[in-house]
Amino acid sequence: MPVPPLGSRLRRTVRENLVAYLFLAAGVICFALFSWYPIVRGALLGFQQVTFAQPAQWVGLDNFHRLFDDPLFLTAWKNTGYFTLLALVFGFAAPFATAVVLNELRHGRSYLRMTVYLPVMLPPIVTMLLWRWFYDPGPGLFNHVLGVLHLPAQQWLESENLAMVSLVLVSTWANMGTTTLIYLAALGGIPGELYEAAELDGASIRQRLWHVTVPQMRFILMITLLLQIIGTMQVFVEPFVLTGGGPDDATVTVLLLLYRYAFVYNDFGMASAMSTLLFVVLGLFAGVYLRLTRTKG
Amino acid sequence: MAAETPVRTLIAPAEMNRRTGRFLYRFVLVLTLTGFTLTFVFPLYWMTTGAMKSSAELADPNPTLVPHSWHPGSYADAWTNVGLGHYFLNTLILALGAWLTQLLVDVSAAYALSKLRPLLGNVVLGMMLATLMLPVSALLVPTYLTVVDVPLLHVNLINTPFAIWLPAAANAFNIFILKRFFDQIPAELLDSARIDGAGTLRILVSVVLPLSRPVLAVVSIFAIVGVWKDFLWPMLVLPDENRQPITVALNRLSEFMPANQLLAGMAMAAVPLLVLFLIFQRHIIAGLTAGSLKG
Repeated sequence: MPVPPLGSRLRRTVRENLVAYLFLAAGVICFALFSWYPIVRGALLGFQQVTFAQPAQWVGLDNFHRLFDDPLFLTAWKNTGYFTLLALVFGFAAPFATAVVLNELRHGRSYLRMTVYLPVMLPPIVTMLLWRWFYDPGPGLFNHVLGVLHLPAQQWLESENLAMVSLVLVSTWANMGTTTLIYLAALGGIPGELYEAAELDGASIRQRLWHVTVPQMRFILMITLLLQIIGTMQVFVEPFVLTGGGPDDATVTVLLLLYRYAFVYNDFGMASAMSTLLFVVLGLFAGVYLRLTRTKG
Repeated sequence: MAAETPVRTLIAPAEMNRRTGRFLYRFVLVLTLTGFTLTFVFPLYWMTTGAMKSSAELADPNPTLVPHSWHPGSYADAWTNVGLGHYFLNTLILALGAWLTQLLVDVSAAYALSKLRPLLGNVVLGMMLATLMLPVSALLVPTYLTVVDVPLLHVNLINTPFAIWLPAAANAFNIFILKRFFDQIPAELLDSARIDGAGTLRILVSVVLPLSRPVLAVVSIFAIVGVWKDFLWPMLVLPDENRQPITVALNRLSEFMPANQLLAGMAMAAVPLLVLFLIFQRHIIAGLTAGSLKG
């Protein structure tokens, strides 16, 4: 085939690129408007004062100063840290233990796999309203069960000490299905020979769990740990619906406070300063996540 | 349920077959089955049947397992009197619209990036994927302000479904799994279609899409489920009560509604997703594990 002249080859390349970008256009526009532009704008907003009446004004570090002066600011970070920690204690151990047990069971596997994922399919608002009813001190199911077991009734959402724990319980119930199924898939990938070899060496079940299962799962455990930290630090629906931040600000989280700044007080600058800080903190974890996945891949 | 093909796991088959092993296995099995049913299925039973209890029965501090008297009318009341049917349909429109927008936008973008390979395509893909690393909540405020006044166009999308549909289309995860799937379709197939005279769009519609059913199913399910479950974003961008989805309406009305009707509304908001899950379980679980951490 004769080589076409340069002009027509160029024209063809241009045409092909035009067609390709035509297909890409809608995607690029959506990303530009609702992802890339907000990223840039978000970085700037923290240093601006925004009102709908007039154009944004530069205020330097003003928003950050006002943020640090708000006594709730520190409370919100402490509460969020506490929530994240508790969520790791429950939400990290429960799915792992569940997945290990499910992986040994030879009956009812698909039923168990399905049921553990059911709460994930519920709209979070339904989950919260359902649990608010369970936590209810009057007709609530939890206090009734405690009563049947001759245990004292609890002020689930109304007690400063218990409110956060109550939120973590809902959150774990609602989200553990995803992690469990991911662990289950990973457990299925562990070569059986490793267990056989360990068994020949005389390792007990507990030793095999510790020296075969856990090391084989180390990578995936690290990844879910990071993703869970990133996810739980953005907790919002639980305190918003169940406690509204109370009692006595015991469940005011970073995102709840950010929401109040922006959409209750209409102080978008201050909310954005908060976003920036949240972004920096979560960015650290995201950076570790990226490093881990990259070196593995 | 039949036992699956034995794969060697933590516990050896020999250990399982010993008398104590068999006993322990049965014990754990029964414990897990009842535990899971109580923990994950029972609350759903409690919700759907609770809606059919009378208000007095619901307020009783001694709850009843089976309603003493059945009042299925709460569902009808919630649907018509409280108007949850209207909010339900709002959700349906938001979810279906978001699904269509995502398919249209993301499939064509992934097709361009995978098969048409424009100049700087990889840069665009990289910029899209980079957004996956950003916490959604850190972008809440700037995205909201963007929706209030879209740059260049200067339109206000508040109280329009576009405020849900368009941001949902900027979905790097969709583009990523679609592109990865399209990459596996052999170039020869596309070439031969081109020789037969098919244009670029025609190739997408009649060659690529029919081959991509499994990945399209995954994307579709996640698109619908994502919008159906969402709460904070629609609450912010759809302040007009008439346009709100059922999740937002439920939270707003929860203080004023009779308990049985509220429960009926909760069941309405939940059942479509549960049914979807029962039908497409395999796809959902496959998408979950594929989408997670094969990186």
